[in-house]
Amino acid sequence: MSPVALVLVSHSRALAAGAAELAGQMAPDVLVLPAGGTSDGRLGTGFDVVEAAVLRAGAAPAGAVLLSDLGSAAMTAETVLEMLSERDATLPSRLRMVDAPFVEGAVAAAVAAQSGADLDGVARAAAGAAGFFGAQPPAKLPRSTACAGTVVRALVVLADPHGLHARPAAALAARLAPLDADVRIDGADGRSVLELMSLRTVGGHEVQVEAWGPAAERALTLAVAALRTPAERWT
Amino acid sequence: MTLDVNWALDWVRRTAQVIAEHRDELVELDRQIGDGDHGENLHRGFTAVLHRLDALTEPPAQVGDVLRLVATTLMSTVGGAAGPLFGTAYLRAARASAVSTLDGTATVVLLEAALDGIVQRGKAAPGEKTMVDAWTPAVEAAVAAADNGAPASAVLAAAADGARAGALATTPMVATKGRASYLGERSAGHLDPGARSSELILRAAADAAEAAAAHGVAP
Repeated sequence: MSPVALVLVSHSRALAAGAAELAGQMAPDVLVLPAGGTSDGRLGTGFDVVEAAVLRAGAAPAGAVLLSDLGSAAMTAETVLEMLSERDATLPSRLRMVDAPFVEGAVAAAVAAQSGADLDGVARAAAGAAGFFGAQPPAKLPRSTACAGTVVRALVVLADPHGLHARPAAALAARLAPLDADVRIDGADGRSVLELMSLRTVGGHEVQVEAWGPAAERALTLAVAALRTPAERWT
Repeated sequence: MTLDVNWALDWVRRTAQVIAEHRDELVELDRQIGDGDHGENLHRGFTAVLHRLDALTEPPAQVGDVLRLVATTLMSTVGGAAGPLFGTAYLRAARASAVSTLDGTATVVLLEAALDGIVQRGKAAPGEKTMVDAWTPAVEAAVAAADNGAPASAVLAAAADGARAGALATTPMVATKGRASYLGERSAGHLDPGARSSELILRAAADAAEAAAAHGVAP
């Protein structure tokens, strides 16, 4: 199934286009639709502009997440949804409006969509984006997490010189997602792109991988193999 | 007397006229505490409504048809917050008035639907220096009038008076919603432009009803 799509509603055509470009760069397979400015190019939010984008994104089988910048952008988007719902009552179930920082939310949502997250997952990624991209590094996660059952562990030196940046983090999370195992990398949830990115790792760093659950061994092997390979050689 | 589609058409035409007349005043009010585009946006919106009305090949059948045309036109032509807010108000009012004539009680239902739409869309409460401060006393006055058995025209007159009082009461308020809230305490001392335009719109509704009653148009 094609990934969840994104609609970026802004008062500014340039801002929406820029955010879409930035988010799209990390998520080449995700439909990211900018809906900025009025239909005649002024600052503001245009009903027709948003409506066109929502109609396109709403056709995505996996649904779409909608982000907006200032107050009336959200109001316009809500109004569009209300009007379109009159014609297609199923639309609200396929569209999720998320209150999130515009740029950070767009990037987080795009990365999550690229890694195969469903509508709820993409919405959560966007909503949780605020704390992950700030000037202050996030609070250090506990290196090890208490859990029930047998835990398998390994130490790995990160091969990619840039560490777990957006693309390798998304790829790793996508690989781990289908496995019936919990995986922590230096305490970060291996299936959360944002948590992995928030580790701010760099190449040559040693990280600890822990896994538990029925598919723990398989998950550990997969994660270790991935972390030992520079991102550009990932397939 | 009751209100019919001709009243709705007259209301819209009167609104377009009064917004054009007060365009500069609304621009000035919005310049003081907002981004200065309220008068221009509404004027553009209602001018577009007139064009669409004139372009109709078949006359609208019901009050709701007219209000729906206003809703969709304002949504797509008014940038800024007023587009979705007034657009939602007219849309909800249209849904609540899909009948051929409105008596006093049905008029209250129309006004309540509009207020509910504005409150839901803007997430504003009374006292935050927004158009809600005009619409809330307008609906309260309309309800009181209808409870006393007033006809539709008197219900609208009461609503317009309520909106007038409510709009004036926004002047000393400190804005806590919308663009004006960025000004904090400095927003006090200015009439809220959205409350003022709401008052003008409701006065136009009352004037159209009074004219219809005077001419004995609607039975």
